[in-house]
Amino acid sequence: MAKKWAPILELAEDVRSGKVSALEQVKKSLRLIDEHSEFNAVISKIEKRAIERAKEVDAKIQEGADPGRLAGVPFIAKDNFLVFGAETTAASNILKGFDAPYQSTAIEKLESEGAICVAKANLDAFAHGASTENSDFFTTKNPHDNTRVAGGSSGGSAAAVALSLAPFALGTDTGGSIRQPASFCGAVGLKPTYGLVSRSGVVAMASSTDVVGPITNSVDDAALVLDVIAGQDPLDGTTIPRQESYLTPNSTFNLQNTKIGIIKEYFGDGLDPDVRNKIELAIEDLKKAGADVVEVSLPSLALALAVYYIVCPAEVSSNLARYDGQRFGYSFKDSKNLDESYEVSREQGFGNEAKRRIMIGTYVLSSGYYDAYYKKAQTVRTKLTNEFNEIFTKVDFLIGPTAPTTAFKIGENTQDPLAMYLGDIMTVGASMVGVPAISIPCGDVSGLPVGLQIIAPQKQDRELLEIAKWCEEANR
Amino acid sequence: MINQAIKNLYTATIGIECHVQLKTKSKLFASETNDSRNLDPNTAVGHVSFGMPGALPVLNEKAVELAARAAFALNTIPQKFSKFDRKHYFYPDLPKGYQISQFEEPIILGGYIAIEINGESKRIGITRAHMEEDAGKSTHPEGQDYSLVDLNRAGTPLLEIVSEPEIHSAAEARAFAKALYLQMKYADVSEADLYNGNMRFDVNVSVSKTDTLGTRTETKNLNSFKAVEKAVEYEIARQIEVLESGDDIVQETRGWDDAKQRTFSQRTKEDAHDYRYMPEPDVPPIVITDEYIAEIQSAFPTMPGELRVKLQSIGLQAAQIETLIEEPILSQFAVTLVDEDAVKARTIINWLTGEITKLVIDSKATWKEVISAKAQLLQLATMVAENKLSSTGAKELLADAIAGKNPEEVAKEKNLLQVSDEGEIEKIVSEVLADNEKAANDVKSGEVKAISFLVGQVMAKSKGQANPGLAQQIIKKHLGL
Repeated sequence: MAKKWAPILELAEDVRSGKVSALEQVKKSLRLIDEHSEFNAVISKIEKRAIERAKEVDAKIQEGADPGRLAGVPFIAKDNFLVFGAETTAASNILKGFDAPYQSTAIEKLESEGAICVAKANLDAFAHGASTENSDFFTTKNPHDNTRVAGGSSGGSAAAVALSLAPFALGTDTGGSIRQPASFCGAVGLKPTYGLVSRSGVVAMASSTDVVGPITNSVDDAALVLDVIAGQDPLDGTTIPRQESYLTPNSTFNLQNTKIGIIKEYFGDGLDPDVRNKIELAIEDLKKAGADVVEVSLPSLALALAVYYIVCPAEVSSNLARYDGQRFGYSFKDSKNLDESYEVSREQGFGNEAKRRIMIGTYVLSSGYYDAYYKKAQTVRTKLTNEFNEIFTKVDFLIGPTAPTTAFKIGENTQDPLAMYLGDIMTVGASMVGVPAISIPCGDVSGLPVGLQIIAPQKQDRELLEIAKWCEEANR
Repeated sequence: MINQAIKNLYTATIGIECHVQLKTKSKLFASETNDSRNLDPNTAVGHVSFGMPGALPVLNEKAVELAARAAFALNTIPQKFSKFDRKHYFYPDLPKGYQISQFEEPIILGGYIAIEINGESKRIGITRAHMEEDAGKSTHPEGQDYSLVDLNRAGTPLLEIVSEPEIHSAAEARAFAKALYLQMKYADVSEADLYNGNMRFDVNVSVSKTDTLGTRTETKNLNSFKAVEKAVEYEIARQIEVLESGDDIVQETRGWDDAKQRTFSQRTKEDAHDYRYMPEPDVPPIVITDEYIAEIQSAFPTMPGELRVKLQSIGLQAAQIETLIEEPILSQFAVTLVDEDAVKARTIINWLTGEITKLVIDSKATWKEVISAKAQLLQLATMVAENKLSSTGAKELLADAIAGKNPEEVAKEKNLLQVSDEGEIEKIVSEVLADNEKAANDVKSGEVKAISFLVGQVMAKSKGQANPGLAQQIIKKHLGL
């Protein structure tokens, strides 16, 4: 692993003050990507455009114009963000060769502050998975142990940050896809409140839980990136008004009047004892500092995973319908008629996990099954939301592990999709109800990072970042 | 052929679905233009209509407003909560693989359309009306091994209105379609241009000899009232014939062949899709407040039913009223005239449906100009009422009046003012009678028709300016009649 990048604010200040040029930063990032290519964190580099943009930023500084808050800061975007300068594949064969005709809002916002996208990170194809083993191209290796997974689906983004290929990366989280790889790679991963960051220009997985967020080296960095990308977007009708600022203050968070709930259901049999130990140490710190820590129960949480694996495939089957080989992406050229073109293009273009989810989703939405599966799942989802709302009238935050284990071996779960799905058990709850959650490093077990998950009520992303920063400092 | 007596044993039951294109500037979920009539294929298409990865639908608020207005036109109010669903099927002119529609909770539930049939009025219930996006257009060039897709229309906002199966004849079906068309046109929610497919009707027809409904067929995409009537007529006859020959009706979708004036089978129920409806997660539900509803109601225009009553009150004939009703701008103008003065209103309305229509057709005036010349038209009608102007003279002045010129002045310029000065007319009459002794005697001896000849002479001598009515009176007086 390369030397850690300085905090983003500092990096941008160095560029602005002329201490280092944007071009040097971008070239450094591109070089590090090449040097660490054996980890398969990155699908493609955005060399030409990144260098052009770096020169633009440097020129602005020369002219005395404002280059923005993230001047010359390189970053890496998960390959499901539409970005100029490289293909947008979502790690799928069906989108191989797809050149985005527009950029995602998050990318536009970062660029307008002077940040420069240098590469596209690997993921499970269409973000379906928790290990990047479902990437149609290759599996990303964990920076701490290259026989293990980096987590997923934003595994490339998390590995890139852990490898210090760039100061930060963008990911998407639908059921844990930012938090779990951040936990496995030892990075900070923030899943903001649903709707706080625009999804426009992000290849959709499950629209009702997809969230865009940063993976960073520190809570401060995550807060800064969120501060740039958060807010309502005329291109996404589900976006919500933002809080005034997400920048974490320098003063330490006061835990005296803070009530924290420990989710009982997260500390069951499935939790690795060593991971449990690390989490309990972090909770001790909070108690010592005066926080009121209580055990709470979310009875419906046991069903959250089942609900997630009905709602998510249903939306996936719908969102993937547009990849039909007719307008963009892979198309089987030798078809004799329309039906064959549809069938073979999709048969050859989609990987196994996408097909599995399309089939489950199609099944649960079929007439005669809709009420038994999809509708029932939505009912439980509402119940779960009510339970979270109820709990948050009693506590300010919820706390627990991000994942039941540390990073598992590559290939360990690939033959058993159910075992793979079980890994999402700690993260899907917050996804299903749309509340913000963060994973921060919390020590390691045999050299493998453990992630501490903190969950806050809806639209309290700023408060979440404040307590996360306290925990981060306590952990140092 | 089945004889009438047997046909009479059957009751036809018809429900109509109508797709109304809402008149928004942009599409239902995207900013591209909604009017691509003069555009090349696939030029009114952006990321959303193209179904690009990552492109999200964002609801057009104007479409919601128009749908809410349509609720009032259907004699109900919009639902305070409604939402969108995805309707899935694969077709190249459906870029996302699903259509965004309202399935579970549409914006309109209930309402009715009033029709008049054989002088009796009847209400046809509305089941529901929902918003949805249109698909693109596919064409299949004959003899070619390819099809063409134009996505300009993809995403156009539609309101699909579904009637209760309360229509029982082809004539009623036509009346319903026409009444619905007028309501949409008056509520100003659609251009309602049938030729361009702004309103497309699907008719569900079944026949039965008992109280139990028969198997129905759906004939789709009818774009004229006549086609609605003829398709229903054809289907009723066809279904009776099938049943009388001992066969069953197949539940199916049928098309209408306008050239051959018959319906034809398109696809049977076995091919029916499972649309896998699902709540649309990208578009938040529509929540309408009481204030919003009140605001729409307060600005809602008068509908044809009420306008007809008002126009009938000044004794206009039904045919003339319907001519006015055809054009909202005309009937609404006519009603403002009725509010001024019944007699003058009748005069001006006669011009509107006669000479002025001709002027508009000949592009010598626009309806907008006509309406802004209300004061001039009223003045002209007053001059006629006061005998200052003959009705022929008035017609000659219409174009000038519509152009905003003062009718009195133009009449003077053109020497069209009638002489109503009795002394002056007396003088002319004396001269005419002296010059036309034979005709005068004819009149006296009872040949009344000859008087028009004498009036004509007076008119000629006065160069058309004499008031003919007055001239006739004076002639009669002189001849001692």
